Amino acid sequence: MDETSPGWWGVPLAVLAGAIRVSTPFLFVSLGECLTEKSGRINLGLEGTLVMGAMSGYAVAYGTGSPWLGVLVAGLAGTGFGILHAAVCSLERVNDIAVGIALMLLGTGLAFFLGKPYIQPQAPQLPSIDFGWWSTSQQVRSALQVNALFLIGAVLAPLLVWGLRNTRWGMVLRIVGESAEAARAMGYPVNRVRLFATAAGGFLAGVGGSFLSLHYPGSWNERLSSGQGITAVALVIFARWDPVLCFWASLLFGGAGALGPALQAVGVTQGYYLFNAAPYVLTLAIMIATSSARHRLAGAPAELSVTR
Amino acid sequence: MVDRLRLSRRSVLKTVTAAGGLSALGAGLPWTPALAKDLVIGFVYVGPRDDFGYNQAHAEGAAAVKLMPGVKVLEEEKVPETVDVEKTMESMINLDGASLLFPTSFGYFDPHVLKEAKKHKGLAFLHCGGLWTKGKHPDNVGSYFGYIDEAQYLSGIVAGYASKTKKLGFVAAKPIPQVLRNINSFTLGARSVDPSITTAVIFTGDWSMPVKEAEATNSLIAQGVDVVTCHVDSPKVIVETAEKRGIYVTGYHANQAKLAPNGYLTGAEWNWAKVYTDYVKMVQGGIKPPNLVRGGLKEGIVKTSPYGAAVSDKARNHADDVKGQFMAGSFVVYKGPLKDNKGNIVIAAGTEHGQTDIALESMNWLVEGVVGSIA
Repeated sequence: MDETSPGWWGVPLAVLAGAIRVSTPFLFVSLGECLTEKSGRINLGLEGTLVMGAMSGYAVAYGTGSPWLGVLVAGLAGTGFGILHAAVCSLERVNDIAVGIALMLLGTGLAFFLGKPYIQPQAPQLPSIDFGWWSTSQQVRSALQVNALFLIGAVLAPLLVWGLRNTRWGMVLRIVGESAEAARAMGYPVNRVRLFATAAGGFLAGVGGSFLSLHYPGSWNERLSSGQGITAVALVIFARWDPVLCFWASLLFGGAGALGPALQAVGVTQGYYLFNAAPYVLTLAIMIATSSARHRLAGAPAELSVTR
Repeated sequence: MVDRLRLSRRSVLKTVTAAGGLSALGAGLPWTPALAKDLVIGFVYVGPRDDFGYNQAHAEGAAAVKLMPGVKVLEEEKVPETVDVEKTMESMINLDGASLLFPTSFGYFDPHVLKEAKKHKGLAFLHCGGLWTKGKHPDNVGSYFGYIDEAQYLSGIVAGYASKTKKLGFVAAKPIPQVLRNINSFTLGARSVDPSITTAVIFTGDWSMPVKEAEATNSLIAQGVDVVTCHVDSPKVIVETAEKRGIYVTGYHANQAKLAPNGYLTGAEWNWAKVYTDYVKMVQGGIKPPNLVRGGLKEGIVKTSPYGAAVSDKARNHADDVKGQFMAGSFVVYKGPLKDNKGNIVIAAGTEHGQTDIALESMNWLVEGVVGSIA
C-alpha cells in the first residue's frame, strides 16, 4: 500500500470527517427544535425552514458577496417562519403538528419558487478553520478542516443545557413546557414564551440550512436537504430533549451517513444499500433498546401534544 | 311549486346558453391551446431545468426546438418517476393538445410511458434512454439515446494522463446498464494509457443526493484518487468538491468548466438539440419517427467539452486521435478478450461489440480495473 492511500485506516477517518462535515445541519435544527419542544410545542416545519434558510442564505451570499451575511439572513428567514408557527398556534384549538406540516410544505415550496435563479450561480463559501496543521497526512488535514458554524453549534449545546438549568429564562421556558397551568398561575405569559422559543428554534434551523448551501455540500439545489430537517426533529426525541445529547446524536448520524461512501471507497462494495441505511437502523436499535412500556420518555416536556 | 320548477328550468337554460356562448367566445381568443397547424410538443423533466446536468442538457435541446417555426413547446420539470408522470402527460395531451411527447427520464419508460402510449395510439411518445423492442412495445413509442460512453472513453484517456496516483474515482447513481457502460468505457480509456490504473466506484443510490455525492467525492479523495468523474443528474456538487480539494475532474451531461477553472480536464456532453430538431422536422414533414435512434460522436448526439488548461499535449494528441477514429466510425471500445473485475471473461477473444450493438445495452458487469460491485 503506497503512502497516498490510508487504506483501511481511511474508514474511521472518513467516518470522523463525515461526522464533522455532515452533522452541522442536524445539530442546529435539533438544538432549535429542542428549545421549541422544551416550551411545550412541536414545530415540524423545520424541514421547510431549513430549505428556506439554505436558499435565502445562498441568495444573499451571492448577492452581497458575504457568506456571513447570508447566514444571518438565513437565520432571520427561519425566525420569520418560527414566528408564523407560534402565531398560528397561539390561536384557540390549533394543532401545532398540522401547522408544522403546512409550514414545511410552504417553506420548501417557497424556497423552490424563489430559488430558481440561484441554482446556477456560485455563491462565496464560509471559510473553514484548519485544525490539522500538525499532521503530515493530507487525509487527516482535510478531515480536520472544521467549519466555524460547527464549533458554534458545539459550544451552543452545553450553553443551552446550562441556560435551561440555571437561568431564569431557562426555568420559565421549562415551566411553560411542563405545565402551562402552573406558568399561568405564576403570571408568566405562556404564548409569548412559546413565541420566543419557536422563533429562536427557527433561527437556529435557518442557520443550519445556510450551512448546507454555504459550506457543505456548498451549493443550492432543490434536493439539497432531502429530509435532513425531519430527521433532526426526530433526533430530539432520540436525544431525550437534552442539547448535549443532540450534539452527540448529530455526530452519530453524520458519521453513520459517511460510512457507506467510505466503505465503498476502500473496496467494500457488497450491500452498499444496507450501509446507506445505517443511520436509520441505528436509530431503531437505540430506540428499542432504551424505550420502556412502563414510564413516559424521560425528559419529555409534559405539555407536548404527543406525550400529553 | 310548478312556477318554481318552470323558473328553475328557465334559469338552467339561461345558464347553459351563457356557458355555451362563453366557450364559443373562448375558442376565438388567443389563449386557446394552439392553432391547429402548430405541433404541440411536451417535454417532461425529472429535475430542475438548470441543474448543470441531465435536465439542463435536455432543456437546452427543448430551447432549440422552441426556435423552430410552427411548434409550441410545453415543459414541466421535477416530475417524479411515478404515476405523476402519467398525470403530467395526460394533462399535456388533454388540456394542451400535445401530440409529441418527450418524457426524458429513464424511469418514466416502464410502465408509465408504455401505458400512456397504449391509451393514446395516435400520438408519438419518444423516450430518452429506454430500449424499444419490436413486438413487445407499442409502435407509437420510440426511444433515443446517445453513445455518451464514447466521450467517457476520451475523458478516461485524458484522466489517465493527468493522474499521478493512478487511481481514478467514479461517483455513480445506480448500477443500471447505461451507468455501468460509462464506468467501463472511462476505465478502458484510462487503462489504454496505463494498464495499472484503477477506478474506484461509489454508488450513491439515487440520481440526486447532494450530501452523499459530496461525501463520496471526499471519501475517494481520502483514498488517494486524483481524478473524479460521475454519472449523476447534477454533477455540480462533485465538480465543486473536487475543485475545492484541488484534484482533477471530468464533467458529464453538460459543460461544467465554469465551476472548476483549475481542475476541469474535459467532459462528456449531450447534444440533444440535434436529436430534438431532427425529430420535430420528421414529424412536421409527415414522416413517422423511427422507433430506435442511437448515435455517438459521429452522429453528433454527444460531444466533448473543450480541454482544460491542465491537459498535456500528449493527452490531447492521444484523445484527438481516438476521437478521429470515433468520427470515422472505425473505433471499437468493447472488443475481446475482455475480463470483468471478478476475473470472468465477458467478451471472448475475437468478438467485437460495435457501439450500435444492442447487446451492450444490457451490460451487467464491471470491467477489470474497476474497484466496486453492482449489488
